Amino acid sequence: MSTSTSTVERPSATIDTLRFATAGSVDDGKSTLVGRLLHDSKSVLTDQMEAVERFSADRGQDAPDLALLTDGLRAEREQGITIDVAYRYFATARRRFILADTPGHVQYTRNMVTGASTAELAIVLVDARNGVVEQTLRHAAVAALLRVPHVVLSVNKMDLVGYEEKEFRRIVEDFARHADELGLPGFTSIPVSALAGDNVVERSARMDWYDGPALLEFLETVPVGVEAADAPARFPVQYVIRHGEVRHYAGQLVSGALRVGDRVTVHPSGETSEITGIDVLGEAAEAAYAPRSISVRLADQRDVSRGDMITTGAADTAPSLTRDVRAAVCHLAERPLRVGDRVLLRHTTRTVQAIVRELGGFPELTTNDLGRIVLRTAEPLALDDYAAVRRTGAFILVDPADGATLTAGMVELR
Amino acid sequence: MTVPTLSHLDALESEAVHVFREVAGEFERPVILFSGGKDSIVMLHLALKAFTPAPVPFSLLHVDTGHNFPEVLEYRDRTVARHSLRLHVASVQDHIDRGVLRERPDGTRNPLQTVPLTERIQAEKFDAVFGGGRRDEEKARAKERVFSLRDEFSQWDPRRQRPELWNLYNGRHAPGEHVRVFPLSNWTELDVWQYIAREGIELPEIYFAHHREVFRRAGMWLTAGEWGGPKDGETVEKRQVRYRTVGDMSCTGAVDSDATTLDAVITEIAASRLTERGATRADDKMSEAAMEDRKREGYF
Repeated sequence: MSTSTSTVERPSATIDTLRFATAGSVDDGKSTLVGRLLHDSKSVLTDQMEAVERFSADRGQDAPDLALLTDGLRAEREQGITIDVAYRYFATARRRFILADTPGHVQYTRNMVTGASTAELAIVLVDARNGVVEQTLRHAAVAALLRVPHVVLSVNKMDLVGYEEKEFRRIVEDFARHADELGLPGFTSIPVSALAGDNVVERSARMDWYDGPALLEFLETVPVGVEAADAPARFPVQYVIRHGEVRHYAGQLVSGALRVGDRVTVHPSGETSEITGIDVLGEAAEAAYAPRSISVRLADQRDVSRGDMITTGAADTAPSLTRDVRAAVCHLAERPLRVGDRVLLRHTTRTVQAIVRELGGFPELTTNDLGRIVLRTAEPLALDDYAAVRRTGAFILVDPADGATLTAGMVELR
Repeated sequence: MTVPTLSHLDALESEAVHVFREVAGEFERPVILFSGGKDSIVMLHLALKAFTPAPVPFSLLHVDTGHNFPEVLEYRDRTVARHSLRLHVASVQDHIDRGVLRERPDGTRNPLQTVPLTERIQAEKFDAVFGGGRRDEEKARAKERVFSLRDEFSQWDPRRQRPELWNLYNGRHAPGEHVRVFPLSNWTELDVWQYIAREGIELPEIYFAHHREVFRRAGMWLTAGEWGGPKDGETVEKRQVRYRTVGDMSCTGAVDSDATTLDAVITEIAASRLTERGATRADDKMSEAAMEDRKREGYF
């Protein structure tokens, strides 16, 4: 291992960030791929690599096992599996990356849902020898359900199928056949060998029939979604900062923009007011854009509190005020969810009681089940369709008895 | 129309402020762990911004190992006074004097912090405890949640963590339990330094190159002291060094450096081929799972 100075430039303060998630089945080489991505992008520092070399040698391996770069827990190293989601950070000259590294082994669906909830891109990994398997389709379905904007089908272990184009094409075509019915709008496919390093960071000479980008190149250049500033504003009130007589409504702008002078509506009361001041963490501003944390002042001394939502826009763009919530869900907990269950529903900064009314015809949902749900809440919620605004269309269900997070929900208004 | 793009520091700042405000909205007795190190200094700076123009609605807790850098204690007290904050101090030395803890043969006190910390959390009934931990620091930390539930023994169980989706943080807990909160989860060491430079945040002097009497052990420069150094064969010499982390003096190593300004520090870190902890923490090297084991027991 060389100790020379890194040749990779570090990011400037204005560079953007791509949050992405990886998903794969057992033994398809996901940890090796992530390890290779970190290693070949020179994001692994000397002491980390030395630890991997030491541990690999202790286990009698003749080459450093790159999977050890990511498997950090005692049980993971001992059993050679990945437990739960881990977050990795690396940067190139072009972009910073936050990777939600989700295991394929234990309770795969809920882990991928967790990783995908904040991701703008998901890598679905396939073993070139096995092709598209049931897990692959499940991962694709989760990416579609969570509306991850970009999906990469990464066909790994190309070295074990002789780097043959026809093997790659067969898998891509197979996956494409299912993509439509899973609701996946599109995807990008890249043939790689994580073990040998083909098409991960550098384009491989061993697959000259492939003229697309290497995986890292794609991650560096894929457009990161910027929300339109003319989108209606969604501002859930997190906390009321009282300063003398003045009340500052603090929160993080979920979508759109707020400007001094804007007419706004406060939900669920439906009262209207006008923005008289905006502070961006201590600096007065005329306007603020998502996803900034800000505080605002209103013209009227309203009784606005945590859990309320301030919005702008015409009536036809307003959130839907309802006590009947329809949603697609993924059940996360070991305890099943049943019709008639009383739960807590957490939506933006608001927590309300709710009763499970319907479970898409099923009597219960168990761990990792995907389904459709109807809930009745004790108080009205200001909901957006998840497809329109992720953050105001998402909720979690919580067990009132012990506080466990039970279910992830994505609102379906239509 | 075009949207002004948010710099990555602005995005991290907004996300961290969101976390502080969530805790203020949901918990009864939150506290910020404050060591006088750069991460806790950035945490406090963010908390001040989150609630401006009102004061920070949290008190501070320092776990005093008894082997602190004097410059850091002085910084701590000055900061507390300047912002009219309330400071709780949990002392390792008190626990040793009372016979609750025993000094380790190697003189290292970092692992001894867990008991005073968890006892004080229970005694003060703190229900949310902010830590400056970042997921980029260490492999076990990469698994950490932003809101991390701890049982009445303050234990962390990575297999039984709550899934954390979108930015919906679940802070529900039973009496006696508490939640560790990590607003800097998505920051890297370089982000922290770039933010300190951008915001013009003052730091204790030990972060900048200065002349200091040190001796060499396990590839690090340690400060001489009654806790175990220098031993036979180790000689004290005066060198120009700086620290990348602040911790117990017995196990926090300095690095050779001529970086006397923030810009020079950032350049040095960007070029470094050693992680922050690998370069400066003797205790993390004790075993592959040292951090994981200590976190399970309740360490931050």
